[in-house]
Amino acid sequence: MPTVIVNGREIEIGADERLNCIQAAQRADVEIPHYCWHKDLSVVASCRMCLVEVGERKPDGTIAMVPKLVPGCQTPVKAETVIVSNSPAVLAAQKATLEYLLLNHPLDCPVCDQAGECFLQDYSYKYGRGYSRLQEPKLLKPDKDHIGDQITLFTDRCVMCTRCVRFTREISGTGELQVIERGSHAEIDIFPGEPCNNKLAGNVVDICPVGALCSKDFLYEQRVWWLESTSSVCPNCSTGCSIRVDQNKDVVYRFKPRHNPLAQGEFMCDEGRFGYKYINSPDRLTQPLVRLEGDQQPTDWETILPGVRAAIEGAITAKPQAVAAVLSPWMTVEEAYLLAGYLKNLSKEIRLYLGPVRVVGDDDCYPKDVHGNAVAPTRFTIRAEKCPNRQGVEAIIRHFQGSTLSMDDFWKAVSAGQIDAAYLVGGDPHEPWLTDEQGALLDTLKLTIVQDILPSAASRRAHYVLPGGSFAERDGTFVNHAGLAQPIKRAIHSPEEARPDNRILWELAGRRGLFNAGRLRNEIAEHISALQALTHPLGEFGVMLDTPGKPTNASVVANAATSP
Amino acid sequence: MAEFEPVLMARIGKPDATSLASYQADGGYDGLKKALSMAPAEVTDIVKASGLRGRGGAGFPCGLKWTFLPKDHPGPIYLCVNADESEPGTFNNRVIMEGDPHQIIEGIAIACRAIKAQTAYIYLRYEFGKSYRVLQNAIDECYAANLLGKNILGTDFCLDVYLHRGAGAYICGEETGLIESLEGKRAWPRIKPPFPAIEGLFRKPTIVNNIETLACVTHIVRRGVDWFRSMGVPPDPNNPRDPGSFGPKLYCISGHVNKPGCYELPLGVTARQLIEEQGGGVWKGRKVKAVVPGGISMGFLSADELDTPLDFSGPGKAGCLGLGTAAVVVIDDHTSMVDVLFNCCRFMAHESCGQCTPCREGTDWMRKILERIRSGFGKSKDLDLLMEVAGSMGIIPGTTICGLSDGAAWPVKNAIKKFRGEFEEYIAKGMKSELPVLVDAH
Repeated sequence: MPTVIVNGREIEIGADERLNCIQAAQRADVEIPHYCWHKDLSVVASCRMCLVEVGERKPDGTIAMVPKLVPGCQTPVKAETVIVSNSPAVLAAQKATLEYLLLNHPLDCPVCDQAGECFLQDYSYKYGRGYSRLQEPKLLKPDKDHIGDQITLFTDRCVMCTRCVRFTREISGTGELQVIERGSHAEIDIFPGEPCNNKLAGNVVDICPVGALCSKDFLYEQRVWWLESTSSVCPNCSTGCSIRVDQNKDVVYRFKPRHNPLAQGEFMCDEGRFGYKYINSPDRLTQPLVRLEGDQQPTDWETILPGVRAAIEGAITAKPQAVAAVLSPWMTVEEAYLLAGYLKNLSKEIRLYLGPVRVVGDDDCYPKDVHGNAVAPTRFTIRAEKCPNRQGVEAIIRHFQGSTLSMDDFWKAVSAGQIDAAYLVGGDPHEPWLTDEQGALLDTLKLTIVQDILPSAASRRAHYVLPGGSFAERDGTFVNHAGLAQPIKRAIHSPEEARPDNRILWELAGRRGLFNAGRLRNEIAEHISALQALTHPLGEFGVMLDTPGKPTNASVVANAATSP
Repeated sequence: MAEFEPVLMARIGKPDATSLASYQADGGYDGLKKALSMAPAEVTDIVKASGLRGRGGAGFPCGLKWTFLPKDHPGPIYLCVNADESEPGTFNNRVIMEGDPHQIIEGIAIACRAIKAQTAYIYLRYEFGKSYRVLQNAIDECYAANLLGKNILGTDFCLDVYLHRGAGAYICGEETGLIESLEGKRAWPRIKPPFPAIEGLFRKPTIVNNIETLACVTHIVRRGVDWFRSMGVPPDPNNPRDPGSFGPKLYCISGHVNKPGCYELPLGVTARQLIEEQGGGVWKGRKVKAVVPGGISMGFLSADELDTPLDFSGPGKAGCLGLGTAAVVVIDDHTSMVDVLFNCCRFMAHESCGQCTPCREGTDWMRKILERIRSGFGKSKDLDLLMEVAGSMGIIPGTTICGLSDGAAWPVKNAIKKFRGEFEEYIAKGMKSELPVLVDAH
């Protein structure tokens, strides 16, 4: 194994790894500060923050250093490379670069959204000097609110790292952002009338190391140190981007992408990023409702659950093959398992249907060329399938029933009068998952139980309404389009009387104790061979499942890592 | 000096000197015919043996640069001709482009023969309107006479030459900035490696040469290596890395002299000889205070350093950055060095491309400090601050992608080191400069 020496400490790197000095130093827990370098973007080496001394250790043990400072991002390491990031020359260069960056940077941290997660703040504190020696007025540059529908530019906070420009050129391929003017007057801008509104535009806010590019959605909403972050998975398409849910006092304020080489890489799309609003919606179902005769009446959980149980058992006694359950692709694997297991345990003849899977157009691949056509190699894909867990729910249904039935089958059966009782788990919070006509068909049923988070044509007619939790309120597992199982974690409490679906189903199934996703995952893995990979604790990046035609070996994992 | 006969400028001023007929009457394109009769490697060897060093500023050995191209590359290989002459005080390329364009085109053809390029791009500074017309006319004449185009002079050598006008940025004179600009992008110099000889224009092997360098190539092939090496300064025996400075050089003298202009002399004349023998002495009977040896980014020679030979290594020994473009700007003793330095910094702040942090912010900061000093609000610690800023901007070899930052920092370091007393007096007395600088003169 090749050895690299970072500040006197030897570390080993992989024989065929191509690392630069920043990455190699990270292995040795040494931070080399940097602004312009980003793992997924081309190297420009222009911020000059990562200047280090490098050299080579000769076989006789002597070390020959390059007689100047070099940018760590641009310098690859090989066997016996020596990196020094704490010598007086390096420290002086870091200090000088930070002073330059702060020369014209307004010290408006108290009103800047980035404060608290700002690399200019952090590095200034660690490597900079306490005050600026500039006595002249700072350059003032006008803010550019017009730069995009979702993003705004505080021009004078910019450090000209050009990460955003490279992102729109290399990842989205849309190239809206550019540098205008020259020297210290250089600014990020758009071509007049062509704002940065591509479907990945929100990422430029994430990769901006300072508070120059801000999200209009999040602007002035919260101080970041008030936010608590929970690792989760974006539920808005089947890519299953790893994300962080940032909340304060049970209100979700933003999603941020989380690095996951197996899922999506570094970024996420705007559809997913801003698709959290329904969680905080005032329309949420917050109260269990029961309709015995006439209108729906609020009730409590202690009353409704035995009622639901008795109603289902009654329907099964009457005609088991006329009892149906719709399992939404928005459910977690655990929830689908609980519901399917509970019902199939009552009667094998109950039919399980897969809830509506919304598919919008085709998979949207990036980067694009000037004509809007995708160009290889694909750097990011927004899936056409707009639900997080079709694969996982299907695996559960297949286990209990052998094959899955679609939503179309369900509506056909309802129209044909073959169904008397239905347990409907709603799902899609963005689009109505049934039409009013379909809702009207439900009037023919003797028993309708709806478990959902938002009102729908079904919930208005239901005999029992069970207010569930959004994905941010639940623990469980989502399986993405490629068979990657990732854990979602509870970030907030459900509003008012609403309960996370897993708890509802756990209690409905009459299980003892409290729902625990990890323990249930083990149980599922034991019983269902297709999901046996779940026995492993789902690590940081999740595990690949043994889905048909997709062997889980190292090569698949490696491919997934390079082409998310 | 008297026996020196100009070569590069020999035909300038003759009637009809820019026409192909007149050039051929004086033996023009004989060098190309000679080069076409040789193998490409032989041409490279001749240029290498001549010790020709690039005239653009850095003085890199030209033949050596050509050998950096990958061997047996399937092509295309490009030649970029740097005619983006924008260093303040420099006008030698302009003089030969306007006065004798065919020697340049012949040099381009010979160079392309040597490096096996079939396409050459001349990147011309936008402001040189006459050069554009003259060069374009010369190129058209060459195409008509089968000196450019397909199967030149009946051989299998093909060459297309394109004349491209820049858009007025100093940074386009940096070789990778020039390449980026030619590709239609913002002229932000590239990180190296890869060097242009490996991956340059359109990601293909590329050689970038200066106009005067290529004009020299013409004469080296025509007159031979020995002729070229008969002029100039041999290598310093005490410095094994010094390749020597051979050949004729165009010196531009401007500033406070009686006869400013472009003069062709063998490399190694001293600044004093230039000023007194060619420039006709300092104007109005005044004395020299400082001399810029080769464009302002090279720094300054003080009055007692005037005997410094202006070859590639001479100015370096006097604390300057190098010979640069051999644009000698003479500053008389009635001029304030504060004003001179302010003008340098103003230029560099205006021309910094804005890519690397130290240069983008440092150039403008130095300009602001000097502006404040000129307004009478200087403090003595400003000089140390200027030195520190200049020091962190350009630690030779530099902390930035290209050399602009070093070039911006050098005159500051030089001026404060060599004229510190004057700066201190200016600040202590709270002097102000009433003289406007030529703000729009760039």
